[in-house]
Amino acid sequence: MANYIKNMWDGVYTVLVGMKITWKHMFMKKVTVQYPDEMYPIPKNARNRLQLYADQCNGCNSCARICPVNCISIETLRVTPNDPENPKVLEDPENDHWLPRKLWVTKYDIDMAKCCYCSLCTTVCPSAAIQHTTDFEYSSYFKEDLLYHFTAMTPETVVSKKQMLEEHQAKEKAAKAAAAAKAAEEQAKAAATASAN
Amino acid sequence: METNIFIQLLGNNWIAYTAIAVLPLGFLLLYALVAILAELKVSAWMQDRLGPMRTGPWGILQPLAEVVKLLQKEDITPDLANKVLYNLAPYMMFTGAYAAVAVIPFSQQFVPSNINLGLFYIFAVSAIATIGVVMGGWASNNKYSLLGAMRSVAQIISYEIPAAMAILATAVLASSLNLNEINTVQDGGIFNWFIFGGPGPWFKVFVLPFTFGLCLIYMIASLAETNRTPFDIPEGESELVAGYHTEYGGMKFAMFFLGEYVNMFIVSAIMATIFFGGWQSPFGSSIMSGPVWGLFWFLAKVGTVVFFQIWLRWTLPRLRVDQLMDLGWKYLLPMSFICFFAIALWKMLI
Repeated sequence: MANYIKNMWDGVYTVLVGMKITWKHMFMKKVTVQYPDEMYPIPKNARNRLQLYADQCNGCNSCARICPVNCISIETLRVTPNDPENPKVLEDPENDHWLPRKLWVTKYDIDMAKCCYCSLCTTVCPSAAIQHTTDFEYSSYFKEDLLYHFTAMTPETVVSKKQMLEEHQAKEKAAKAAAAAKAAEEQAKAAATASAN
Repeated sequence: METNIFIQLLGNNWIAYTAIAVLPLGFLLLYALVAILAELKVSAWMQDRLGPMRTGPWGILQPLAEVVKLLQKEDITPDLANKVLYNLAPYMMFTGAYAAVAVIPFSQQFVPSNINLGLFYIFAVSAIATIGVVMGGWASNNKYSLLGAMRSVAQIISYEIPAAMAILATAVLASSLNLNEINTVQDGGIFNWFIFGGPGPWFKVFVLPFTFGLCLIYMIASLAETNRTPFDIPEGESELVAGYHTEYGGMKFAMFFLGEYVNMFIVSAIMATIFFGGWQSPFGSSIMSGPVWGLFWFLAKVGTVVFFQIWLRWTLPRLRVDQLMDLGWKYLLPMSFICFFAIALWKMLI
């Protein structure tokens, strides 16, 4: 009988305890974050979409070579020594320290559909030109939309720079050929004098 | 005083009767939307969530969205189901629930049908809802549905008796089965409500534990009758998929759902009427009382009881079948007999 009454008391009492807990929780701060409107803060070192700072890239191709999934493809072009633009590479963005540019980066494509977010490219980059950003909301309906083109050069400038380099190379080649011909001539002359002696 | 404002205004003709029949339907549909929203929101808040927030301001249009969703769904009847019973069951359930509204006194001036056997009638017609459950469960030709229906019947049998005892005790106190009459008796402020023993001399405090206990017993029993947690074993999601309405979809499911929410309203209305004075003002018949205030007090009390049901649902886990039978037959039934006996004795003595 005592057990029976105790059971009844426990039944009522424990329900009241539970109701008190749920009542308290009704007015507590809610844990829901309404995602598209508000977001959890993302740590700065999060590995999300890759971003290239074209000013800082010197076209060394290290990132493309280390990428385990080959998602980076780079094409470069030598800068003509006497380029009127006198292009530069931002070597140290904090101190605004620029160096003369040796290579034009004519193509810098990253296929984010392939990227495995290993962060090796950012590790090997000598000038911190390629970095992960905190932007993760870039899903798209087509795979092609995930291929990002980062070069700052337009196709027209690429063509003109290529032409400029070719002209320069042709001039150099001609100069070299002339020099070689001159040298050969001198050599021949020397040989002739030697044989005459 | 005439207890039906429509007959008073429109005369004793068919227009008045149509209005009387249709008005509670409109009200109940509106109530179901509010109750669904309340269920969603209260459950979310109690779990530290926000609940629906995207449909309308603070998600208040969520129930409408759900109704539209259910309307769009294909109306499926399984091949091996008993077509007639399968299609009839949801309407049976809703009809049973809605029929009970006929005698609920919404206000002094609006009792759809002021019959003298109100309580008895409610108990009779609310059993029709159970027939709907059994019909649906059996006709679906699905093991989960059948199990759900069987459990539902076992549960209703176990809990109908304590509930009936609780109601009978108030009938003894009021000396009437007419719900409007029961309300009228509880006149004179909050301490004359039947949960506090009804009107009487100071020594009614001796009967107060018994009336209070009966109120508790009826609350528990009504939860079981409406198949709500902690007594939702007929539709326990983790065991029976959805119980008796496993095979139902679209509008038929909506009818079951509506029937359940209307049932919730009915048991809350009975509770408000027989234990909390129905349309009586808690400050006595001179302050804030009258037909419109009566409607307000009635709805406020029903709303409170419905909120309690929701609150309990999100507090307690489901009982096992044997625990349910244990509670019903070994605890609620003897206790309700003791309380009933005490109240009957008290009524005899004064």
